[in-house]
Amino acid sequence: MKFTLSWLKDHLDAEASLDTISETLTRIGLEVEGIEDKAASLKPYVVAHVLTAEQHPNADRLRVCSVDAGDGQPVQVVCGAPNARAGMKTVFAPPGTYVPGKAITLSVGTIRGVESRGMLCSGGELGLGDDHDGILDLPEDAPTGQPYAVYAGLDDPIVEINLTPNRADCTSIHGIARDLAATGLGGLKHKAQPPVRGEGACPVTVTLDFEPADRGLCPYFTLRRVTGVRNGPSPDWMQARLRAIGLRPINALVDITNYLTFDRGRPLHVFDAAKVVGGLIVRRARDGEELKALDGKTYALTDDTVVIADGNGVESIGGIIGGEASGCDAGTVDVLIESALWDPVNIAQSGRRLGIITDARYRFERGVDPAFTLPGLDLATRLVLEICGGTPSQPVIVGEPPETERVIDFPWTETRRLAGLELSRAEMKVTLEALGFHVAGSGDRVKVLTPSWRADVEGKADLVEEIIRIAGLDRIEPKPLPRIEAQVGKPVLTVIQKRTRLAKRALAARGLVEAVTWSFIPHDDAVLFGGGRADLVLANPIAADLSDMRPSLVPGLLRAAQRNADRGLADVALFEVGQCFESDQPEGQAIRATAIRRATAGHLGGGRHWDGAAAPVDAFDAKADALALLAAFGIPTGGLQVVAGGPDWLHPGRSGTLQFGPKNPVGYFGEIHPRVMKALDLKGQIVAFEITLDGVPLPKYRPTKVKPALALSDFQPVSRDFAFVVPRDVAAGEVVKAAQAAERKLIAGIDVFDIYEGVGIPEGSKSVAIAVRLQPVERTLTDAEIEAVTAKIVAEVGRKTGATLRA
Amino acid sequence: MTDLDTLEGDLLAEVAAASDEASLDAVRVAALGKKGSVSELLKTLGAMTPDERKARGPLINGLRDRVQGALSTRREALAEAALTARLSAERIDVTLPVREAPEARGRIHPISQVMDEIAAIFADMGFSVAEGPDIETDDYNFTALNFPPGHPAREMHDTFFLAPDRNGQRKVLRTHTSPVQIRTMRAQQPPIRVICPGRTYRHDSDQTHTPMFHQVEGLVIDKTANIANLKWVLEEFCRTFFEVEAVKMRFRPSFFPFTEPSAEVDIQCSRKGGDIRFGEGTDWLEILGCGMVHPNVLRNCGLDPDSVQGFAFGMGIDRIAMLKYGMPDLRPFFEADVRWLDHYGFRPLDIPSLVAGLTG
Repeated sequence: MKFTLSWLKDHLDAEASLDTISETLTRIGLEVEGIEDKAASLKPYVVAHVLTAEQHPNADRLRVCSVDAGDGQPVQVVCGAPNARAGMKTVFAPPGTYVPGKAITLSVGTIRGVESRGMLCSGGELGLGDDHDGILDLPEDAPTGQPYAVYAGLDDPIVEINLTPNRADCTSIHGIARDLAATGLGGLKHKAQPPVRGEGACPVTVTLDFEPADRGLCPYFTLRRVTGVRNGPSPDWMQARLRAIGLRPINALVDITNYLTFDRGRPLHVFDAAKVVGGLIVRRARDGEELKALDGKTYALTDDTVVIADGNGVESIGGIIGGEASGCDAGTVDVLIESALWDPVNIAQSGRRLGIITDARYRFERGVDPAFTLPGLDLATRLVLEICGGTPSQPVIVGEPPETERVIDFPWTETRRLAGLELSRAEMKVTLEALGFHVAGSGDRVKVLTPSWRADVEGKADLVEEIIRIAGLDRIEPKPLPRIEAQVGKPVLTVIQKRTRLAKRALAARGLVEAVTWSFIPHDDAVLFGGGRADLVLANPIAADLSDMRPSLVPGLLRAAQRNADRGLADVALFEVGQCFESDQPEGQAIRATAIRRATAGHLGGGRHWDGAAAPVDAFDAKADALALLAAFGIPTGGLQVVAGGPDWLHPGRSGTLQFGPKNPVGYFGEIHPRVMKALDLKGQIVAFEITLDGVPLPKYRPTKVKPALALSDFQPVSRDFAFVVPRDVAAGEVVKAAQAAERKLIAGIDVFDIYEGVGIPEGSKSVAIAVRLQPVERTLTDAEIEAVTAKIVAEVGRKTGATLRA
Repeated sequence: MTDLDTLEGDLLAEVAAASDEASLDAVRVAALGKKGSVSELLKTLGAMTPDERKARGPLINGLRDRVQGALSTRREALAEAALTARLSAERIDVTLPVREAPEARGRIHPISQVMDEIAAIFADMGFSVAEGPDIETDDYNFTALNFPPGHPAREMHDTFFLAPDRNGQRKVLRTHTSPVQIRTMRAQQPPIRVICPGRTYRHDSDQTHTPMFHQVEGLVIDKTANIANLKWVLEEFCRTFFEVEAVKMRFRPSFFPFTEPSAEVDIQCSRKGGDIRFGEGTDWLEILGCGMVHPNVLRNCGLDPDSVQGFAFGMGIDRIAMLKYGMPDLRPFFEADVRWLDHYGFRPLDIPSLVAGLTG
């Protein structure tokens, strides 16, 4: 919303400076977005008289001018403009002036050997247009020395405010002035005027042709004919104001409607009465109808849009834009002035669908003051009579303005209750009344009647807002929020929140770098990772490759790793902890922790090193990351099982599943499947793990924080090595498990220290070497006892896995 | 000179001449071994008369002791020399690089770090952390929050929608974390103090907007919480978060469907050469939106706006991260460029707390 300072002061009787007005606007919620003050920015530019203009001695195209800039001391200026001539009035800028059109600051210069102390300017150089053909050629009577902005009427500062969507009333300069007046800055001008008395009935009928349910689309419509008008250009003052806020003056009748749109927030439309056939019918458009609008474009209409039609068909899109065929031009003699009300939601939807942005739409979709419909028609009529002459008819009035006023039961204490600000009742009452509210009653509770232009004020909280925004939010002193209970704070994070944070720190501590990737990924990627469900596809993705809610963090990280590799960073180790989606239900969303390692980016670091180059990553790097993460959660991992194989996106023979029992898999690790590598166009060796944090069992609740008693043995542990030969497909874990089962009491630990296939081992078999640590608890073991345990281990492993001791 | 003196002289000379452990041992065996020259002399003591033994005994024993002493002194000297020789040979090039520690290579994303900072501050003020799904219903994202039907935010050009389900209902990607406020108010009785951090989505992509970003909102509901308390909470937060002695904030009346009265908050700052500093200067920077929870929102959550009240606020996590840590552009946050992450990320053990300070 734009306006000029002088226009505002038409409505606000105030001496306040631009700065004060600007600060006040922002303070009361009408945020000033920008101020264009040409009087300030063009201050150095003055009207000047060119006394002489001689040919430059060293340049054909330059002239050496002697210029009077008002102080009586002729100034020498070298000028290259073809129209520079002795005796002319133009605009002069002294050295030190910033020239917006050229983005330079002038200095005293020497041009081809002749000193030049300033510049004669074109409109373009002042940032006022594109006419670079020559310097400004002002009329002879332009007063030498006067600031050009003042002379040209450009000294009216233009203010632009960023209007919040609730403030329909401030789409008018009058409304803005009302808000400012309420702060005590000055008085509000323009009181209501008596209705225009027309002569004779308006011959054009108006029909609101709607189903009963649709009446709200155009509840109220007023129209008046004015005959015998002269539709020339509008007066200079009106044109200047319209131009200042960026509107192009067209003709008096059209300019009057545009003027009142801003002046009063009352959009109007004018039809050339000679071009309207029969009566006007306001109705839904019929599918297939078209309108060539005033913007020169033709719009195909549907029945979602409300139009004004006559015997010729559609003449105007109600509340949005008029039609070219019935528009007013210089030949208009009789005019129909329309002031109507339209449904805000329908206007917004129609405007969006048709892609039409007009000042009328802007106001109707926010809500125009219904009570000002007829007064608006009268005000327009007065201006038409004043500017164009003519004879008005009586108005046609169809429908009724909807009631927007409401009565709010308001206890004065509400301001203190919600805002924590103590104000006197008198101050609050003055504010409300200045804003147009009526306050009835006295005592603690009053009835407040809202004005017709404030449909946004619905209840007590809205009144508090009105009171405190005018009082100033800066008057509210911050007050500590007391603790709910006077005690040391309790922990506030849930288990999953704690685990999410811990997971990030634990993985970063393993040299992994945290990425945050899009929640949406390409559909094909989603399908590869078990997703792509219809309920997780976006209806309106921002880009074709950001279409599906991710089923896994892996594809996003894989693509990120490849991007880094493409930039020459091959050894990438990335992780992400974030949400994945299995369905569109809240319970379908889970937090996962995922890490990938590429090329040689192992835990200890990648790349070449004098101590030996790092090996390519393998599934065990991913497994180590996964187990480190589970270890960080501090839950007993005794129940954790690692079984061969994983989801389809992992290499079937080089992947594993981590599970707490067969029905509770929590994650996977391994090498990325070659087919996935190919589908995503990935190169190099990549391993990954992914764990669903929600699936990891919770620690058992214990009523005390005491740790279990520590039982240390005084007796020397004994270690015995075994080399078992087993069929190749027997997992080392099976051997360990069998050995562990052989003797539950004495075995304190088992390490796998060698896996061997080859010479000395039968084809199809492998050797699994384990070291079993025995920890006696009661006394030192005798050789016989150790022998007995050894025999049990050999027997048990043999029985369960078919192992024999290696010869 | 007796024969003993001669022998001693010879032995001590041999000890002194021994150049290594082996030759020294040969001297020891030749002197003190079973058949050694000194041992042989000691054997002769047995056959002597007591008088002879009295005279010769101390001489021979003295000889033995001195030889032994010389041997052990020489042995120590040789060991010392050997160690010196070994040490002078054992040299490493300490300038050779070691591999960088995993803890030095790993990084925490600035969004995670800032979320931890935010939680630390608000936890101190008694707020807990509430979360909710990214995929929301129209009710939680709009209707319950007092967005009127036909509000532009409900349009495809502002909000991401999923495909309509069997009933024609379209789920949305939440456009703010406010649905979590609704979920909290519907699940829990006041007093309520929560912050709701999380991912949010808007149909927007340009220089300063990404279709996905992060927000944190706060909600306080009790019987007295008002704008004065809101101002205090936000001032305390900003002062602590930006780690300055004081911040100057400006509350401008504004509009949001879910709060009434509403305000936008600017924070005073200075900009010197692209550097933003808070707690000084004359510029204003918009940082968050806030207000008293709208009576309709309270009603939509089954609460009576005349008996409970409270405030809510919301700000962009990515945005305040940029303001505090100086990232010039939002888009690289989500590009996973390890050069960016290495530079703007945080080390794994830089854990923000109020005890130790948010940043080291």
